[in-house]
Amino acid sequence: MASAYLDLIRIRFLMMLAYRVNYYSGIAIYAINIGAYYFLWKAIYGTQTELGGFTLAQMTTYVAVSWMARAFYFNNLDREIANEIRDGSVAIQFIRPYSYLMVKLMQGFGEGIFRLLLFMVPGMIIVCLLFPVRLPTDPGVWALYLVMLVLSFLINTQINMLAGLFAFFVENNEGMLRMKRVLVDLFSGVIIPISFFPGWLADTMKWLPFQAITYLPSSVFTGRTAGGEAYRVLGLQVVWFLALLIPIALVWRQARYRLFVQGG
Amino acid sequence: MMFYASLCWEYMKNYAKTRLTYRLDFWIEVLSDLMFQGLNLIFILIVFQHTPSLGGWSEAEVVFVYGFFMVPYGIFGTFFNLWNFSERYIVKGEMDRVLTRPAYNLYQILLENMDPASLFGSVVGAIIMAVSWSTLGLPFEMLDALMLIVFIIGAVLIYAGLYTALTAIAFYSDAPTGILPLMYNIQNYGRYPVNIYNKTIRFLLTWILPFAFVGVIPASYFLDRNEDGLSTLALLTPLVGVVVLSIGLFVWNRGITRYRGAGS
Repeated sequence: MASAYLDLIRIRFLMMLAYRVNYYSGIAIYAINIGAYYFLWKAIYGTQTELGGFTLAQMTTYVAVSWMARAFYFNNLDREIANEIRDGSVAIQFIRPYSYLMVKLMQGFGEGIFRLLLFMVPGMIIVCLLFPVRLPTDPGVWALYLVMLVLSFLINTQINMLAGLFAFFVENNEGMLRMKRVLVDLFSGVIIPISFFPGWLADTMKWLPFQAITYLPSSVFTGRTAGGEAYRVLGLQVVWFLALLIPIALVWRQARYRLFVQGG
Repeated sequence: MMFYASLCWEYMKNYAKTRLTYRLDFWIEVLSDLMFQGLNLIFILIVFQHTPSLGGWSEAEVVFVYGFFMVPYGIFGTFFNLWNFSERYIVKGEMDRVLTRPAYNLYQILLENMDPASLFGSVVGAIIMAVSWSTLGLPFEMLDALMLIVFIIGAVLIYAGLYTALTAIAFYSDAPTGILPLMYNIQNYGRYPVNIYNKTIRFLLTWILPFAFVGVIPASYFLDRNEDGLSTLALLTPLVGVVVLSIGLFVWNRGITRYRGAGS
């Protein structure tokens, strides 16, 4: 069984590899976005040395690593799941001897490995050449960050799955998926670090899983969060990963009774 | 002329009919569109809680620039929704159908893909502009109203020209070039005061890909900000619009002669 899942990772990876040219422009797009925020933050800091607990050098690194982490953990599993539910092909998946959600996760992994090796790593190198990004020197931070990155991917994928599975309950969730994407970008801290949010919103964010996707790991990478505090961040990610399994299991159980194929 | 106006009206009616069938979807689409654009506005609002100025521009001024940008962008988005032109018209060969009809081909394609929902962005932009206009205590004279209309038309022409030229690339290469999403991300640079960027980017945004003429340059005319002659440059907006549109139409008309139809 395990080998079947491994094959799914391999197939998706090879599929992405075949279309790798599409991702070269992706690297340019991410570099352009990082550049825009770099210049904005530089102007925002002006003569101030520290804002929201970040120095300008830390902010530059934060922006670069957050966008590049997004290049890795981003996937369209929500849209894929929603499409398969809408066109009914999910029904075929039900009768196959594997778990549909595991299959999706494995495909996500395949895409993730591709994105890590051919998108995030080369992108990060280019961005480091273009902007004054300061990488951590401690190998322990690198190792910890890599583990966190995997959890970022898992949590983001879980949120995508939940959003995609909602297609079982509504006929058209295209708009909802777009709104979800905006909310995740905003609340995960890719656009603005959460320490900049007004107090009440920052407090609300503490109780939501989004900050575990980008804000917390990026804070560790920039050196804002260090020592024992960094391990607490890792623990929080694990807690969210486990906690999110519950709603997925519930929705999945409910959903199977509700499959309603349009047209077909 | 009358013929073209009546065509536009007929397509509008058609659009309204299809949209009224799925009313909820329509509003969700409008809302998610606004959220997408609102992301940058939220960035501005949160950041100004931590700093009094962005490169010498106050919050109300930056918000004004953003509001101005949204108006031409919404109009452009209404009439120019050709993001999947290559796939639909070249690869699937739908261009055959368009070319056998008497009306100008680009005009037909624009109307077929019309998306009036984008106009809500213009309305929101106008409201933002009006609010920051009164916050800044700027005088409002007849001439301002006239210039506003002229600048908006100029900005729409710039957008239309640039994207017409870029869409026409599909006639030369039917493989996805990734240049449209690239451009889409570069245009974000024009929403902020250009003096925060370095010289190269500023030159690029003013004279090569004139996205500064869509936001900050015309807006600075009303704000009376004449750093680097910005508000004087503003008077060139309509001229730049006509030049860019001419280039766009030229590229399009050249490109269309290369159209060969799809296989099968």
